[in-house]
Amino acid sequence: MTRKFLMGNEAVALGAFHARAKRGTGYPGTPSSEILDVFNRLGGAAAWAPNEKVAAEVALGVAFAGTRAFVTMKHVGLNVAADVLFTAAYSGVDGALVFVVADDPGMASSQNEQDTARYAVAAGVPLLEPADSQDAYDFTRLAFAVSERWKIPVLIKLTTRVCHSGTVVVPRPEDAEAPVAKFNRDIKSHVMVPGHARPAHRQLRKKLAEIAEWNIKEGPNRRIEGCGDLGIITAGVAFAHAKEAAPDAAFYKVGMSYPLPMKNLIEFCNDMKRAVVIEENDPCMRDAILAAGGNLSHVSEEMRFGELNVHRIRGLLSDDTPEVQPVPSGKPPGLCAGCPHDRVFRILKQNDCIVAGDIGCYTLAALPPLEAMDTQICMGASIGMGLGLRHALPEKDARRVVSVIGDSTFVHSGLTGLAEMAYNVPKTGHVLLILDNGTTAMTGQQEHPGTGRTLDAEPASQLDYAKVAKAMNIPNVFVFDVVKEKDAFEQALKNALAKNELTVIIARRPCVLAAARLGAQKKPKGGAL
Amino acid sequence: MNDRTINVRIAGLGGMGVLRSSLILAELAFRNGLDVKKSEVHGMAQRGGSVCSDVRFGVAVGSPMIPSGEVNYLILMEEADLPLYQMDLSADATVFTASQIPLTRLATKRALNIAMLGLLSSELDFSQDAWRDVIHDYLPPKIHAANDDAFALGRAIAQGEKQ
Repeated sequence: MTRKFLMGNEAVALGAFHARAKRGTGYPGTPSSEILDVFNRLGGAAAWAPNEKVAAEVALGVAFAGTRAFVTMKHVGLNVAADVLFTAAYSGVDGALVFVVADDPGMASSQNEQDTARYAVAAGVPLLEPADSQDAYDFTRLAFAVSERWKIPVLIKLTTRVCHSGTVVVPRPEDAEAPVAKFNRDIKSHVMVPGHARPAHRQLRKKLAEIAEWNIKEGPNRRIEGCGDLGIITAGVAFAHAKEAAPDAAFYKVGMSYPLPMKNLIEFCNDMKRAVVIEENDPCMRDAILAAGGNLSHVSEEMRFGELNVHRIRGLLSDDTPEVQPVPSGKPPGLCAGCPHDRVFRILKQNDCIVAGDIGCYTLAALPPLEAMDTQICMGASIGMGLGLRHALPEKDARRVVSVIGDSTFVHSGLTGLAEMAYNVPKTGHVLLILDNGTTAMTGQQEHPGTGRTLDAEPASQLDYAKVAKAMNIPNVFVFDVVKEKDAFEQALKNALAKNELTVIIARRPCVLAAARLGAQKKPKGGAL
Repeated sequence: MNDRTINVRIAGLGGMGVLRSSLILAELAFRNGLDVKKSEVHGMAQRGGSVCSDVRFGVAVGSPMIPSGEVNYLILMEEADLPLYQMDLSADATVFTASQIPLTRLATKRALNIAMLGLLSSELDFSQDAWRDVIHDYLPPKIHAANDDAFALGRAIAQGEKQ
């Protein structure tokens, strides 16, 4: 096959396509967002789900039907889908199920830098860590094979610098057809009541022990001899940085980092005068190797903060003194010129509101010049946290609290928050603004159940937020175009803040970036990369 | 081209075409049979903030990110951002700035990114035909002529300055 120049996300999509994945699902989140669009462009069946949990459940259903599925998300998305992962590890799968999860060390576009490797250990599922696009392609193919062989979900951990770096890929011939889907009634495996889950837990540990043995003998790991005293154990993109930082060192490049090929790693440590682990984020491999009695030299705790690069690794290898990270400050990102969110937050600021915010472009309103958002933690938190503030604050301040959530985020995690709002009403009532710009803007304008279009731009049912609010017995529900009906919007907000009642205001105005794209033709299918 | 890895950083603000021009450069090196790595951070790129993309090519490239002190060529579309990248420049680095391109001579200022690739082209061993082919493959046909002119302008300016 001819070589290609691919971004890591494109390589995952091509790998899944060549592995004959029957369906790809997910929820957009930087840096994972491009995978499903590319899979769709190649001709694969791909769809955005309302959130990562639902996406993982759909994919698990496909895998229970005996064929191959994958689900994509960013690292914090796995917090939402974790409920599926932990018990799917017990139940196992009939076909193949691959979780593709993209971490963001350094937080280029995230609220934390949690490490997906911890989830693999906690749930007990194999973990593959690609270092570049070739690995991303190969490991995606391998993930389906391992999943199908051991009937277990497999995790692939990407990072920002794998997802969004372009490197050369040589693809392999496609798999023969995936297994044909058929219903297999297997209540003992598919219904995780305690009586079934107890033996399933033992079965899971047995599978992991077998996979560990396989990983030692034929796993996707590589030992590279060096010409000095130093040996480096590493995984993911840290390998590419470390190889350049220490070209003479010996390397053990780990491809499957859970369960670790521990026997090989201990041997490697014993063969070196000085062995170290260089890994981004949490010291997962280091802790496991030390616990197994491996002889490792110390590396500064600085390693766990931010993303690694050649310069930082040279520093970490040369001494243990904490490095001073220069933090150059360029022009920060801001809301686009003409952004409808900008108007809403100006009005909230003029009315001295306490704003419980959420995740999306509008989070930029927390930064100068607006500085008009007071809290942001995770998807959907605006509603629950706004209610908590209303319950706890003295009446004068409680009255100023407004929850603000975007349309895609509302569908993702706001529906249950709204149910709480209708159920446990604060004394001063509450006000929820749904900023409906008709797209998942921040991650690149993806569709969602409120846009009326599917991932491949086919017409779809469109969630009606006003009807949802009414169905949940919210007494005051309004819809305004925040540009054309700015004054009416502001008046409705003022009235709502003065009352002891529940109000939902849908502030509707298309995203200025998406507006240019709307009306665009259907995305072509069956394209090449 | 010799064995050493050539490191190019393209920097500007979101919306200036930084990611597009780095993709063109990476693809050009790729088509010339070289090992290529390109690295950038998406997500905030369309929100007007500072963005940069690293393109590295040669016989065998290591990290996708250019190590500090090893940038050979810096294409700086937003000159105020020079301090962000200064410490990453090699001792003999060449810096191309937007002020080298007279905007009045561009059919559209959106072609500035391609004009700046024209500046860079005078320093690299790729043929003009190869450049043009990649630029045409990565831009819509209706703006080919404007960008061909922008590329030629940048190249002529850089060659004029070298003499």
